[in-house]
Amino acid sequence: MNRLGQIVALLERGDAKLADSLALFEEGTRLVSRCSAMLDGAQQQIMKLQKNPGGQLEEAPFEEDVQ
Amino acid sequence: MEVFAVSELNRMVKAVLESVPELENVYVRGEISNYKFYPSSGHHYFSLKDEGGTVRCVFFKSQAMSLRFQPQNGMKAIASGRVSVFPRDGTYQLYCSSLHPDGAGDLHAAFEQLKERLWKEGLFALEHKKPLPAYPETIGIVTSPVGAAVHDMIRILRRRYPLAKVLLLPVRVQGPEAPPAIVRAIRYACENKVADVLIVGRGGGSAEDLWAFNDEQVARTIYHATIPIVSAVGHEPDVTIADFVADARAATPTHAAEMVSPDRAELSDRLLGIQAHLLRLQSGRVEALGKQLENLAAKRTLTDPMAFVEDKRMLLGHVQRELFHAAETRMAEPARKLAAAAASLDALSPLRVLGRGYAMVTDEQGNVLRRAADAAVGGRTVSRLADGTLFCRVEEIVLEENDRV
Repeated sequence: MNRLGQIVALLERGDAKLADSLALFEEGTRLVSRCSAMLDGAQQQIMKLQKNPGGQLEEAPFEEDVQ
Repeated sequence: MEVFAVSELNRMVKAVLESVPELENVYVRGEISNYKFYPSSGHHYFSLKDEGGTVRCVFFKSQAMSLRFQPQNGMKAIASGRVSVFPRDGTYQLYCSSLHPDGAGDLHAAFEQLKERLWKEGLFALEHKKPLPAYPETIGIVTSPVGAAVHDMIRILRRRYPLAKVLLLPVRVQGPEAPPAIVRAIRYACENKVADVLIVGRGGGSAEDLWAFNDEQVARTIYHATIPIVSAVGHEPDVTIADFVADARAATPTHAAEMVSPDRAELSDRLLGIQAHLLRLQSGRVEALGKQLENLAAKRTLTDPMAFVEDKRMLLGHVQRELFHAAETRMAEPARKLAAAAASLDALSPLRVLGRGYAMVTDEQGNVLRRAADAAVGGRTVSRLADGTLFCRVEEIVLEENDRV
């Protein structure tokens, strides 16, 4: 998202060479699709920190207690 | 002598006790002991004691809804209720209608003192507060693994921003072991950089329930944390020291989850907006460049490439003519002068004189004879005429009268 902001700013300035601006435009479009795909396809990972038998902290999937 | 059945006696004592108006609603101060809570029934059982005695108390579920703190053994409390007999055991007990911690005023004073002290130390300074990351990759939650708070937060994060990983750092959130557990969890998170932002909090409860979040060590740990922290303790009106020292304060755990996560739907809209904006920018750019190109293409140089050559050729012709003119002028002048000179020379030429019928007479050596006396009879002279030369012999010399010496 930050890179997208940069790209928009660069294109808005309008002083990039056409070839560069095309590259920026392509990169921007690619980022937009990638971000959208990430948003659409995201499966949230929910972990919790717990002690393993060795006493070390480790991450394990967190199951909510169904009450 | 009348003999009573046990239950009859108990009933009698119960009736006597219940007939005393002062015992219908009494306030009793003491220390809680033998505290038991039965989740299945929702009833609380405990004793209140002081140095001299003890009294059994029961707090039924219907009344205990008003309970705003977690009773614990050793805690000083004031209970109110009616006194009656529990016939089964033959004991009298207090049927509570309310239970409050004794010394709540002291807690409040301690809270204000600590707040004042930490404020003076600069722990609440705005300059110290870290901004929350706009797009966290991992959201850490320091709270109890059970209860509504964690459930609400996960529900909100799942809906708003499934991109982020959620890492729960389970801790106790009330009781004496809560503050050190919270401190450990925050320190662990920071030392191991397990998250980009932390939510530290719990759901609603009494002032005592929330007390762990007024702990000085918890406050200092939040202050020194390298990960931005959102405090989310209790409900809207509950304010704890943690709220003051955290980088951001959420009114509720749900609110905290909203604060740390961008909204997926909003993000999608924004992405669409950016895409449209990019497209507009780029097509605008291409259009502008196209116009520029058109303008350039319309220039004569490109439409008529020979025009340039023609222009130069015309210029060359012009220069050439000027050069010729200058050269002619330059050449004509001496020619004119020459002609003039030749004309005057011609006019002065002795040959012209000869042409008019005169002759030039010289001796044989070519000396011009100006006087007749310069010649000698029998001598030879040379007479030059316009078209030839006569070689003559002098027969006689006759001098003109006025030429005589």
